[in-house]
Amino acid sequence: MNAVLIAEIVILGFVFHALLISAAAMVWVERKVAAWLQQRLGPILVGPAGLLQPFADIIKLIFKEELRPAAADKWLFYLAPAISATCSFAAFAVVPFGGETTFMGLLDRPVKLQVADVNVAVLVIFAIASMSVYGIVLAGWASNSKYSLLGALRSSAQMISYELSYGMALASVLVMANSLSLTDIVNAQEGAWLGVLPRWFVVLNPVGFLIFFTAGIAETNRAPFDFPEAEQELVAGYHTEYSSMSFALFFQAEYVNMVTVSAVATDLFLGGWHTPLIPAAIGWFGFLLKISFLLFFYVWMRWTLPRYRYDQLMAFGWKVLLPVSVLNLLFVSAWVLYFGF
Amino acid sequence: MLLFYVFALVAVVASLLVIAQRNPVYSVLLLIASFGALSGLYVLLDAPFAAVIQIVVYAGAILVLFLFVVMLLNAPHEDTDEDLLRLKTINAATSRLRGGPMLFGVALASLFIVELLWALNRVTGAGRFDPAAADSVSSVAAIGRVLFTDYRFAFEVTSVLILVAMVGAVVLARREEAAPAPPARK
Amino acid sequence: MPSLTDYLILSALLFAIGTAGVFVRRNLITILLSIEIMLNAVNLTFVAFGRALGSVDGQIIVFFVMTVAAAEAAVGLAIVIALFRHRESLNPEAFTTLKW
Repeated sequence: MNAVLIAEIVILGFVFHALLISAAAMVWVERKVAAWLQQRLGPILVGPAGLLQPFADIIKLIFKEELRPAAADKWLFYLAPAISATCSFAAFAVVPFGGETTFMGLLDRPVKLQVADVNVAVLVIFAIASMSVYGIVLAGWASNSKYSLLGALRSSAQMISYELSYGMALASVLVMANSLSLTDIVNAQEGAWLGVLPRWFVVLNPVGFLIFFTAGIAETNRAPFDFPEAEQELVAGYHTEYSSMSFALFFQAEYVNMVTVSAVATDLFLGGWHTPLIPAAIGWFGFLLKISFLLFFYVWMRWTLPRYRYDQLMAFGWKVLLPVSVLNLLFVSAWVLYFGF
Repeated sequence: MLLFYVFALVAVVASLLVIAQRNPVYSVLLLIASFGALSGLYVLLDAPFAAVIQIVVYAGAILVLFLFVVMLLNAPHEDTDEDLLRLKTINAATSRLRGGPMLFGVALASLFIVELLWALNRVTGAGRFDPAAADSVSSVAAIGRVLFTDYRFAFEVTSVLILVAMVGAVVLARREEAAPAPPARK
Repeated sequence: MPSLTDYLILSALLFAIGTAGVFVRRNLITILLSIEIMLNAVNLTFVAFGRALGSVDGQIIVFFVMTVAAAEAAVGLAIVIALFRHRESLNPEAFTTLKW
């Protein structure tokens, strides 16, 4: 019992630090990929191939002066980045990233590679995603600045609109896996047809995956849906007035959110830790590969596609994405009902 | 169980502060804290589905709507009597009478608490929760089955209700004079 | 282990707070929030009774209450916005005239 408890604490610490590091790593990847796409070199001076650049950024942010507008609401101004950062980390708590393991016989009973095994995990992720809008809305309102407020209003309208399609895409997967637990959903995707084509839900439900990922990009406020911080119009959107570490919290929340959405997409659609050709014992490696691919896709998209116009975004969300996701859910449900999965 | 008292304390204190605040933005945020505590209580009552729905629907949708309206109306502080006198919506005589309904409300609420506590105290020891029944109430599948069989008519009616509410909200909140038609977009 | 009575007492307290809020506050938005507190106090009762009786019906009623609360908030806030446009005030006493 004790060894299992220690293992669970280790997993908790590992996930927390992995998320922190992944945010730093993503900053570097973002800069490098952007540089390649624009035929530049990107960061090369700090450390080998600029690898220490994120840490230089963090040190710079820590030593900057913390500024707060005189007209800002003191409490909410500092509460907002805390809410953003907390929500971004909290969502990962229910995401499993590997099968059960005994750590090569170290433990007497297997533990799941997951912080908390909740049997309504999918709904918990959805709930935390719906909470994260508060960080942005409060940041915009508490700053008492027009750019912040406009950014926050855009962002909350956008997040609430795309949450619906996000939920519908989640529901289509629930119907297929017949469970609300992410572990069960991943295990429903085990195996392969003809030994090569994996039984992933992305193959069975490609429309659902596209909807989920599109809505995920909108939920994380990334390009081409990065209206809340559209720099040409809104300076920096909801975090215009933030500096130093409170800005760093928003910045980090954005990257951790990307990692979380990618991890959830991997669990729901890309088979989680079940990958053909990769043995089950190192399933987490396959999981890592898939997340990395999705994260690269995020960055690739940001530096390739221009930003939508705001009315186009809302029209797309309500008139295209939502009807398609409802139809997809209906179709998937009917398919499961009449043909089975 | 310590957790029950922690959640209960948070819920009661946050709710009290909701009605003690003059700034509606703080009220809305404190209400989120109160609902979060209630969601924790639902988990203690083996109702994880209700707990998550509480967060998704209340914190994620309803209170965001409240926050939106408070922010957009930009009228953060409650009117004092002086404001009302200046706006000529009340006169000095009614201003003096206003204490009455408030006292009545407080008295009513206190009386309500006293009555309920008295009634509940007479049923001491009732309603110990049966640990064996935990599984039967916590299953999402069971909730779904009952919801879509026994309650299917009510379920369909709520969907109509939401549609009506949606149309009603749009009609009510629309400006009366028609705005100039927006330029044609492609 | 808290018993059903504890949950009912908590629920009564919350309901009383909500009632007091409706009477005491002079702000339409806070009054709507107080109504939400009352609805939630009732929800807690439903879930607690459902748990005590070993039945999921309590949670299903909660589900319906939340749906109605969402509809109520949407319509209520729309009315608040419409009223605010007329009087630039959120005080219910500003709306005592029968016509304007």
